[in-house]
Amino acid sequence: MPVLRIPTPLRAYTNGQSNIAVAGSNISEALTDLTAQYPTIKPHLFNEGGELRPFVNLFLGENNIKDLQGVNTPIKDDDKLVLIPSIAGG
Amino acid sequence: MLPNLSRDEILRYSRHLLIPEVGLEGQRKLKNSSVLIIGTGGLGSPVSLYLAAAGIGRIGLVDYDVVDSSNLQRQVIHGTSTIGKLKVESAKAKLLDLNPDIQIDIFNEPYTSENALRIAKDYDIILDGTDNFPTRYLTNDVAVFLGKPNVYASIYRFDGQVSVFYAKEGPCYRCLFPEPPPPGLVPSCAEGGVLGVLPGTIGTLQATEALKVLLGIGEPLIGKLLLYNALDMTFDFVKLKKNPNCRVCGPNADIKELIDYEEFCGVPSHDHEDEGSAGAGMDITVQELSERIKTNHLKLLDVREPHELQISALPNAVNIPLGQLAARLSELDSADEMVIFCKSGNRSARGLELLASAGFKKAKNLKGGINAWAREVDQSLPLY
Repeated sequence: MPVLRIPTPLRAYTNGQSNIAVAGSNISEALTDLTAQYPTIKPHLFNEGGELRPFVNLFLGENNIKDLQGVNTPIKDDDKLVLIPSIAGG
Repeated sequence: MLPNLSRDEILRYSRHLLIPEVGLEGQRKLKNSSVLIIGTGGLGSPVSLYLAAAGIGRIGLVDYDVVDSSNLQRQVIHGTSTIGKLKVESAKAKLLDLNPDIQIDIFNEPYTSENALRIAKDYDIILDGTDNFPTRYLTNDVAVFLGKPNVYASIYRFDGQVSVFYAKEGPCYRCLFPEPPPPGLVPSCAEGGVLGVLPGTIGTLQATEALKVLLGIGEPLIGKLLLYNALDMTFDFVKLKKNPNCRVCGPNADIKELIDYEEFCGVPSHDHEDEGSAGAGMDITVQELSERIKTNHLKLLDVREPHELQISALPNAVNIPLGQLAARLSELDSADEMVIFCKSGNRSARGLELLASAGFKKAKNLKGGINAWAREVDQSLPLY
């Protein structure tokens, strides 16, 4: 299954897990599987209308899904998804 | 016309002069260069030390803070002897000791929409080493408006990010992060902690990018973001593209001047959280609590992480970490008079909002948190 890498600030909602196997043939399905496994992460990724929040940056490999087909981007079993967090520490 | 190097400078920079990519001309370029470093903390320490050592002719430092003992675990430009002194003064003395041939300009003031363009306009590049979202958006917008590269780095616990945001040649910070996360989602280092060596790793990468940009060598991280994780020891790169809808550097940009960044981000532009408050009428002070606890039965709710309880704790407090509070409300009784607290009153203020929205009307936030209690009521407890 594709693996989704969870950034440190969001690991509070995934029982501390950093790499989560997610089932799905596209990104939307993979995120649905993620939120089924870890329901409390959902409001941090999606707004009330069910759309990805603007500050959420999801990359498939090295490409932002916004530069691909968004949540409809197809994914394969060995794909690596990375959530890139906004962090501000200095 | 580039400045010449003195006999002493040639000796000082000889290891640079031996590298063909730098050489005598490159070193003269560095002597002719100027950089502005926003923040003299975790990132600003290694960045300014290495750029001073490298012979950048003029370095500007912006910081309004004073050196605190809790800084020294990572802010290696300061020292025990400079605790209580202005960070810019402490840093300037160290940098001039390292390299007396360069000029250090200090700005002992918060970097704000009112002064940022004035401060930044006379520098070649800007390095973002701040500790909060409002100043990061401000630093980006200033760099875009002035047409300067913004060498960006950011850290949290074990994670670091580095990029060069240069709107003339690639994306800016807002292309990647059009909006900040909601207040409270991403804790500051003061709240969430940071591995002390992490800013060393990330700050030296940031300084490296600055030198490459100034020398015009190599491939700076324009259009690329470096993601570092110290625990996994991984360096990953992702591609960044210019966002056609970017509000500051896109073709239809609608932000043409600096805005109110604290309002935009919903948080203050500093990580001083000693006075964490939930707002008017929602707080209880440590003095009030110490009086009321003598006569009233108050439920104490500690929303810190379990490992923080090993540092300091209040007796009889129930611990439910903030991240679990929504799922564990059934363990609490809304009829109880309750005081919710954390380290310094910020996380608990968000916990109070959550409680209020769930119908808990008799809860108050402990202003300043357990650290205020340790300062003003029970000095046997440590501060952290």
